[in-house]
Amino acid sequence: MQRFINNPDDIVDETVRGFVKAHDDLVRLDPDNARVVVSRQAGTEGRVGIVTGGGSGHEPAFIGYTGRNMVDAVAVGELFSSPTAKSFHDAIKAADGGAGVAVLYGNYAGDNMNVKMASKMAKKDKIPVATVVANDDVCSAPPEERAKRRGVAGEIFMWKIGGAKASEGATLEEVQAAAQKAIDACRSVGVGLGPCTLPAVGHPNFEIEPGKMEVGIGHHGEPGTRVEALKTADEIADEMTQIVLDDHDLPEGTELAVLVSGLGATPVDELYVLYDRMESQMAARGLKVYRAFVGNYFTSLEMVGATLTVMALDEELKGLLDVDAEAPGFNWRG
Amino acid sequence: MRLLSPILSGLHGRMAEVGVDDIMAVLREASARLASASEHLGQLDGEIGDGDHGTTMVRGFAAIVRALGEVDPRSSDLTTLFALCAGSFLDSVGATTGPLYASGLLRAGAYAEGRVSLPAEEAPMLLVALGDGIGSRGKAVAGDKTMMDVWLPVGQAVKAARAKGAPLGETLAEVKTVAGHATEATRSMIASKGRAARLGERSIGHVDPGAASAAIIIDSFSDILAQRLG
Repeated sequence: MQRFINNPDDIVDETVRGFVKAHDDLVRLDPDNARVVVSRQAGTEGRVGIVTGGGSGHEPAFIGYTGRNMVDAVAVGELFSSPTAKSFHDAIKAADGGAGVAVLYGNYAGDNMNVKMASKMAKKDKIPVATVVANDDVCSAPPEERAKRRGVAGEIFMWKIGGAKASEGATLEEVQAAAQKAIDACRSVGVGLGPCTLPAVGHPNFEIEPGKMEVGIGHHGEPGTRVEALKTADEIADEMTQIVLDDHDLPEGTELAVLVSGLGATPVDELYVLYDRMESQMAARGLKVYRAFVGNYFTSLEMVGATLTVMALDEELKGLLDVDAEAPGFNWRG
Repeated sequence: MRLLSPILSGLHGRMAEVGVDDIMAVLREASARLASASEHLGQLDGEIGDGDHGTTMVRGFAAIVRALGEVDPRSSDLTTLFALCAGSFLDSVGATTGPLYASGLLRAGAYAEGRVSLPAEEAPMLLVALGDGIGSRGKAVAGDKTMMDVWLPVGQAVKAARAKGAPLGETLAEVKTVAGHATEATRSMIASKGRAARLGERSIGHVDPGAASAAIIIDSFSDILAQRLG
């Protein structure tokens, strides 16, 4: 694939600079750390701050969710690589408004270690920190080992719910509980049709043979649970829906928030083709889609493929989902 | 003859200690070797991870070498030196590698207890401390197919050599051999930590990139100390 590149080593800095210029009304760069993007709303006195962070290459995640009633500060890592502990620490400081900071991030070894070290540094600054670790990716570990599962696009719902809760003036414990409830209600699955290439590496980091697809693929091309012959969109949509719902055991009548995200190189029309069938399958199971989000919400460079995330809603989650939010990657008027 | 003996005893006195300048030379050598191996490490990582291990290690050690520019070896001590390295590495490297090596470097500094140098035969204990620091941060155990599969056997080799009072040169040679074998041994292991863990049995047949970079650092330590003190 041909790419728009100056120097592969500069991509992340250039991305962040361009992003901040483009969305100057909502975000700014931390003056002391060019790898921390901060919401214009961050640090509001008495409001719990929301922080996340992760590797780059997933745009609009993570930086795109910085904004009003969403994430207050984002630590930006290298492509597909956890941010530094320093960047998480600087993000925590930028998000702090005196009521503590909730760090809502995905379950990856690097992020776990760096958030832990950053939380320790923040405690020295007397900033209370609570964490919630997203683990919504069904295929990354069996149900009895849910704590080992990766965090994927369910993180968006976790941020949305956590940010909404904070906007209502909730305490740090309440924000943490809401975000935890949100991610506990999420299940996700990814299907990969084509690999991606880290520009500095120059070759795809895995292969998918023509005519094959990888079910359960991760956000960095982590291998899925099985490689199958490529099927029709409807058959793939059925398989994805079944994987997330079979893991969930939802009573009939449950309302859902559904997010279908492209992995970077899949055209958006195909995402709607998938969603058309997924919605029918959910309806056939007696489940009702309350809100749907279809588009490139959480990508993996130019990977071909899609993810499905389903969040089971109750009245509290519905209310929080409907709170206004304004971020470059997520605009919502309830 | 009258000239030779004072020179020899002078050299001997110099040879008996590993100081700040020696460790700085080790770190600079490791940085250079990691830079040369960057593409290879990236390929290893691309096979079972996300292909960035080479560039990550190079960035971290480049930050260390930049920080060394501010160090006066005559007025610094080993604990201060390692703490500086740990901070530079942690501020420039995320991923798991940043916290792991930062923890290892801090532990090596703690081992030195503020000393400006260590007796030569004791110096390899710095490798033991490095491995201990990494191990306590990452919680990986032997056979997990991580960098610990090099740091653990190297640590054991150092301790065994010290127990039998082996001279520095012999310990350094042994450490290099062990590191090389240990790296190769990760090929037959199934990854159970970090991103490669998601592959399970599909990780068999690939050398762990973190093990390979650990061996490069250990080789640099052995070669440079052998060269400067052997």
